[in-house]
Amino acid sequence: MRKWIYWLVAIAALAGLQASLKGLIGAYNYQIVILVGINIILAVSLNLINGVTGQFSIGHAGFYAVGAYASASVVFYGGPSIRAAVAFLPAMAQDGVLLLMGSFAAAITAGLAGLAVGIPSLRLRGDYLAIVTLGFGEIIRVLILNLDVIGGSRGFSGIPQLSNFFWVYLAVLITIISIHNLVHSSYGRAFVSVRDDEIAAEAMGVDTTRIKVMSFVISSMFAGIAGSLFGHYTMYLHPNSFLFTTSFNIIIMIVIGGLGSIEGAVLGAILITIILEVFREFGAMRLVNFSILLVLIMLYRPQGLLGTWTLFKKRDRAAPAN
Amino acid sequence: MGILDIKACTKRFGGLVAVKDLNMALQPGDLYGLIGPNGAGKTTIFNLITGVYAPDEGSIELDGTAIHRWKPAAIARLGMSRTFQNIRLFQSMTVLENVKLARHMRKKQGLFDAIVRTEKLKEEEKEVEHDAYELLKIFNLDTRAHELASNLPYGSQRRLEITRALATKPKVLLLDEPAAGMNPQEARELMRLIQWSRDQFQITILLVEHNMQVVMGVCEKIQVVDYGETIALGSPREIQGDPKVIEAYLGGA
Ligand SMILES: Nc1ncnc2c1ncn2[C@@H]1O[C@H](COP(=O)(O)OP(=O)(O)OP(=O)(O)O)[C@@H](O)[C@H]1O
Ligand SMILES: [Mg+2]
Repeated sequence: MRKWIYWLVAIAALAGLQASLKGLIGAYNYQIVILVGINIILAVSLNLINGVTGQFSIGHAGFYAVGAYASASVVFYGGPSIRAAVAFLPAMAQDGVLLLMGSFAAAITAGLAGLAVGIPSLRLRGDYLAIVTLGFGEIIRVLILNLDVIGGSRGFSGIPQLSNFFWVYLAVLITIISIHNLVHSSYGRAFVSVRDDEIAAEAMGVDTTRIKVMSFVISSMFAGIAGSLFGHYTMYLHPNSFLFTTSFNIIIMIVIGGLGSIEGAVLGAILITIILEVFREFGAMRLVNFSILLVLIMLYRPQGLLGTWTLFKKRDRAAPAN
Repeated sequence: MGILDIKACTKRFGGLVAVKDLNMALQPGDLYGLIGPNGAGKTTIFNLITGVYAPDEGSIELDGTAIHRWKPAAIARLGMSRTFQNIRLFQSMTVLENVKLARHMRKKQGLFDAIVRTEKLKEEEKEVEHDAYELLKIFNLDTRAHELASNLPYGSQRRLEITRALATKPKVLLLDEPAAGMNPQEARELMRLIQWSRDQFQITILLVEHNMQVVMGVCEKIQVVDYGETIALGSPREIQGDPKVIEAYLGGA
């Protein structure tokens, strides 16, 4: 019961902010806030497979792209008939229904892609996942470049704008809470056991392949949702938004924040998004500055800004590890 | 019929025959000792039983089911649990979480329960935590339940591994040199605890040691291997006087 009250309060707060935020902080900052939210979803979801489960995926942008294009396609091509079916609703609610359907399609498509990539590569030991996800990201990009129905190399334009602060941050909340709950369940212990010692995990009856695939698919599904929110905010998609550097930036977010910590992933996403925006002024020097900053952080905080610190765990009572 | 039946098992690593034509039969409730000098093949036998390796020849049955082609997790689910000679705890988990993990394979919660934290999940977590504490108390680890496993002293880590293995509720428990690195006093106490656990939980235990003295007091039946082959099998008294055993141990030392 209390749970539902919290959700109602959160939704009311988000709706209130939605109405006033743009006026308060201006269109430019509003856009950054949206971008931060989307990157939080990407970082927190990647952290599940890379941080909590200890595997190394470097193609998160691929699933982000799959979700973005899947949702945009559903809404672009199916939108009119869906709207007709819910014509009795006010326009804003119709937008919501469309976005939910698009995001649902995005989650399913990205999850299936995760399954297709994960099953063959996670069965094998070692760093196959890294190689395969890297390849996958590129394959998806090239595939989209050559698919004319979704814009090909011209980009996909004319996507209806459906997402906004309200939806993005509702998704942020849902992502953080879902993954936090998952990590603190029996599945979460299984994820960590695979990261810590696969042989011992198997000996304790944990089907390690299954657990890895599960973590990877869930992670991919959230990346897909992030993609949906992105496309329906920018109204335009181009394969260049999903380059290897996009995957790389998400990895940086979780490493900077402290691999394995949800709070770290959130902090990392906020910091890196803002830094990349601020450094835009430096033009060509942007990447140089960015890299120097990363090197400095890693020199002084090799365990990430938050390390394995977490807000909720009793683990904190433990003596400091040394 | 035995609870664990190994028939004519052979395992080769390239040219090396680590286990040769091994036969072993454990009856329910046995506390069975497997001893032998360094490199005799004891750990390899454990790895065969638990599915880490598949035997090149022969068969292994747990409670009547042939398991020698199964994956380790499937064998564990059927009721086999183990500890490792080189302790393998989940280092970044707390003592309590290590024990709770052992219940993952019996979980009733689904992904949905986990993600939305249903009442069903909360109840199960409470039950699992309660059971884990009960076990930790037995092994005198409950006061350190919230410390990271890696922060425990060596002897406690060994006891935690046994606790974790027991938490899977096994039919057969394999212990690979559980007293290694302990002083004689600690080793004796641990052996008593192992004996007590066997009776309390009504399980079958296969105990590997290379220190003969440690097992003599607790095991009713002992099998001695050397260079992968069984050289003696019998009661502690019979083993102690066996010339082949004496030879193997003196030769090995
Ligand atoms: N994976 C492997 N690859 C190659 N050889 C191996 C492997 N595992 C074990 N061996 C060899 O098999 C033989 C038996 O080793 P095993 O570890 O089973 O002995 P052990 O009886 O457990 O010895 P210890 O008392 O030292 O633990 C040794 O010669 C060892 O070097
Ligand atoms: Mg050994």
